Amino acid sequence: MGRGDAADEMRLVARIRAGDQQAMSELYDRYSKVVYAVALRVLQDAGGAEDVLQDVFLQLWRNPDAFDASRGSLAAWLAVITRHRAIDRIRKRKPETDIEECVIAGGPDLRDETERSLLVEKARGVLAEMNPAQRAALEMAYFQGLTHTEIAEKTGEPLGTIKTRIRSGLQQLRAKLAG
Amino acid sequence: MKTHEQFGEDLALFALGELANSERQEMEEHLQTCAACRRELQALRGDLGLLGLTSTGPQPPARSKERLMRAIAAEPRGVSAPAPAELPRRALWWAWAPTLAAAAFFVFGIGMWRMNRGMQDQLAELTNRNLDQSVQLESLHDQMRLLTSPDAVHVSLNPEKMPKQPTGTAIFSPKQKRMMFMASNLPAVPEGKAYELWIIPMQGAPIPAGVFKPDEHGNAMMMDHEMPPGVEARAFAVTVEKEEGSDKPTSPIMLMGATG
Repeated sequence: MGRGDAADEMRLVARIRAGDQQAMSELYDRYSKVVYAVALRVLQDAGGAEDVLQDVFLQLWRNPDAFDASRGSLAAWLAVITRHRAIDRIRKRKPETDIEECVIAGGPDLRDETERSLLVEKARGVLAEMNPAQRAALEMAYFQGLTHTEIAEKTGEPLGTIKTRIRSGLQQLRAKLAG
Repeated sequence: MKTHEQFGEDLALFALGELANSERQEMEEHLQTCAACRRELQALRGDLGLLGLTSTGPQPPARSKERLMRAIAAEPRGVSAPAPAELPRRALWWAWAPTLAAAAFFVFGIGMWRMNRGMQDQLAELTNRNLDQSVQLESLHDQMRLLTSPDAVHVSLNPEKMPKQPTGTAIFSPKQKRMMFMASNLPAVPEGKAYELWIIPMQGAPIPAGVFKPDEHGNAMMMDHEMPPGVEARAFAVTVEKEEGSDKPTSPIMLMGATG
């Protein structure tokens, strides 16, 4: 099995559970770019993004059991945790999401590096084709951490419309990726 | 009080961390009792993870990795290095003390190095075992998902030109005190009635072990059921009883199988 496939990822997580610092170094090499990219996109601040990057990997080192390797993809889980941590930082609040409670489900495809790249490309395509107002609502909620009330105020749209746009944007993403 | 559908509509906002405190608390309480919403939430997080992965940007600065590895080295887990011991101060007349201490520490160091190697080997073995178990667990999850899926079609194979006969299989572990039961080709039960599974013990009267109704295809399943404590099963049997279950069998035995 080559580097970057699902079994390889599970092996890496198992080594981290056993306290192998070298495994952590390999994991960092593999995923730091994506964690940094998410943190930077949310925070728009390189220093803050570095702090979040540090925090996310350190949390994984301290509590590797929080990630269930038999289920979702580590890359997707790290992206979700990173976004949460970055938004907590914007809102200057204590972390609201316990990483142990952040159980993620995803197709096995996401755990394979090649398959993941294809899916991510496809997801970018779905976002690009999305109705601009819908994409904007989803991006404001996801990457800027704005609440639906804040988005409604910013865009002048009714609250219900914003909720629907966010929800249907995600549904569209899932449906088109599954199709 | 919100309905399940209303909670379902707010799940995406909850996954995004968008719900206000009171709504979030309500959702957390609902999630504790609703497996369907928990599954959907996990799937939504998968979608959100993928959305996050669409981000592109530069490599983080090299110092970030150095900072992380330093922090990790300061918090070792697993095989940890022995804490440095302080050398006690001795009287000046014992001039050999430093040499002896150095020799003792050298021997101690060799011992620790060997022990460390042994522990690393054990750790590697445990890591591999853990990985194997994770893979096995994943495979079991898949099997359970198939067995319990509402759209799963059960096909029993019988000799050709023979009418389908009701069959049942009980699987139990006396050690784990757990059992499961599967049946197929069961005729539908009359209104207000259900099938009841009985454990026939080595001694004494049959013990009720759960009631069940077959689906429209005549299949039924009772997953991971607890065995009554201290019971040694001689056989299992199925009868038709009232749907809330009976204390003792009141109709002829429909299916029976001995454990031996």
